[in-house]
Amino acid sequence: MKRIITTALMITGLFLGIDGLAAGQKMIQIKGSDTLVNLVQILAEQFMEKNPGKALAVLGGGSSTGVAGLTNGTCDIANHSREWKQKEIDLAWEKGVKPRFFVVAVDGVSIIVNEKNPLDRLTMAEIGAMYRGEVKNWKAIGGPDKAVSLYGRQSNSGTYVFMQEHVLGNKNYSTDMKEMNGNAQIIEGILQDEGGIGYVGVGYLFDQSGKVRKGLKVLNVSKTPDGQAFSPLDKAAVDSGNYPVARALYQATNGKPTAASADFIRFEISDEGQQIVVKEGFFAISPAQRAENEKNLR
Amino acid sequence: MQKKRLANLKEAAIRAFFFTCGVLAILALVGIFVTLITTAFPAFKEINIGQFLSGKTWDPTSPEKAEYGILSMIVSTLLVTGGALAIAVPIGIGVAAYLSDVAHWRVREVVKPIVEILAAIPSVVIGFLGMVLFAPAISKIFHIGHGLTALNGSLLLAVMALPTIISISEDSLNAVPAAYSEASLALGASRWQTLVRVKVPAALSGIIAASMLGMGRAIGETMTVLMATGNSRTFPHLPQAFLESVRTMTANIAIELGEVPYYTTHYYALFAIGLVLFIMTFVVNLVADVVLNKYQEREQ
Repeated sequence: MKRIITTALMITGLFLGIDGLAAGQKMIQIKGSDTLVNLVQILAEQFMEKNPGKALAVLGGGSSTGVAGLTNGTCDIANHSREWKQKEIDLAWEKGVKPRFFVVAVDGVSIIVNEKNPLDRLTMAEIGAMYRGEVKNWKAIGGPDKAVSLYGRQSNSGTYVFMQEHVLGNKNYSTDMKEMNGNAQIIEGILQDEGGIGYVGVGYLFDQSGKVRKGLKVLNVSKTPDGQAFSPLDKAAVDSGNYPVARALYQATNGKPTAASADFIRFEISDEGQQIVVKEGFFAISPAQRAENEKNLR
Repeated sequence: MQKKRLANLKEAAIRAFFFTCGVLAILALVGIFVTLITTAFPAFKEINIGQFLSGKTWDPTSPEKAEYGILSMIVSTLLVTGGALAIAVPIGIGVAAYLSDVAHWRVREVVKPIVEILAAIPSVVIGFLGMVLFAPAISKIFHIGHGLTALNGSLLLAVMALPTIISISEDSLNAVPAAYSEASLALGASRWQTLVRVKVPAALSGIIAASMLGMGRAIGETMTVLMATGNSRTFPHLPQAFLESVRTMTANIAIELGEVPYYTTHYYALFAIGLVLFIMTFVVNLVADVVLNKYQEREQ
């Protein structure tokens, strides 16, 4: 499905591009991370609505596709959900491409358990071990004598991939994990399951009054066993990058972005753009990240 | 003379129309089969067919090593469907017998349409009921953490299969010639003996057909099991498998087909699962047909 849509977009983009060329403008090609493709697509649509005559084409394919695209000059902006490897930066410089990086959104999830679970915090390593199926009882990590019951998303979900890459260390999920249809279903499961653990976007945690839903407990997470644990509900911790189950989502340009690309990036990091980011289930960027972006735009 | 020719023409046109309808059904079936085979076939360029059918691990998006084993899903599908039939067939035949032989006609006039309305409830609604009603009940009764289990799926599929089983079984019980039961009663058999020893055996072909159709509904049902069984990819550990999460073949196709990159091994493999499912239902129908024919031959 996604393929068909992107192909259709590519074709319409082609026409728009020819159109734009006639008007003395070039279509901006954006390529890369599948985590970012939907978000950037929505941002691009909004941007094009506000700026008639501007044309952007957004393609997925994975972070590496974006990195290669920018290096080989086949795209103007690369989307990537991981930092560039040193080898990739070296290769880009060799080819005369000097990448500049912009953080456009922050990807992160909260780790939830049933409120009857006495644990308040877990380390990244513990969460990874549980989801890999290496820890099968809560007792093994200082909890009650109860079987661990894993809740996760289905493999078509970006969150599934995020957890696998960021927390499981790119290892396989336990096949015992129940793969749920959406965030809301994971929460339904955890509310009833005292041995349950799940991961959901922060936006799904609250009831109508804006409090965390009754029966849920949001765990604090620490990077290391003796490090301080942070909550995803603590905005300062997320902004400072201290909450570990989060990662920056980037775009890269070749050197100083062209006027057209810079306009789009400015829109993405504006308050309006960030509202869309939050609505799509990501965290907004921190003031520090915004300042860094501004510096790179100049 | 002209009138007759017109009538002949009309006759021929009607005949052609019905012939086309019949052929269309066959064409659709053949078309589906050919599409399934041609789309499933490329999967086996990269996957060993033996491993595909006997492997227990399905993890095509694994960052370590993509694995394409569907045995867990086959077993899970049979488990959930078998459980559903074990619940639905006895209840279904009981209700059908009650409606055809015991219930007052006024009761029947009310109950039968209600049973048939049950068939009209969308599967997503039944799945939701399973999530919020059946699953918590199962987790309480069996003292397990969660109720998103094979048993939950079986219960819901039983509910969905019941209307078909009841309706067709009742029809076939009613179709038993009155002379059979009259003869039985005249020989001094009680109503219970007449029902169990004469009418049910006489209607058995219809009852088997009803159960088969119910099974058809259950084995191909997707949305309900997708919502109710937890979809974990683990191999069902008998005998407590009914109280564990399972993923059926239909649920797996529904989950992954939406976002799979086209024309990859994973994409072809999903069609291969569809082909296996197709062959399974085909064999079930074939066996049922043979059984029915045998039975009818004996009858004559």
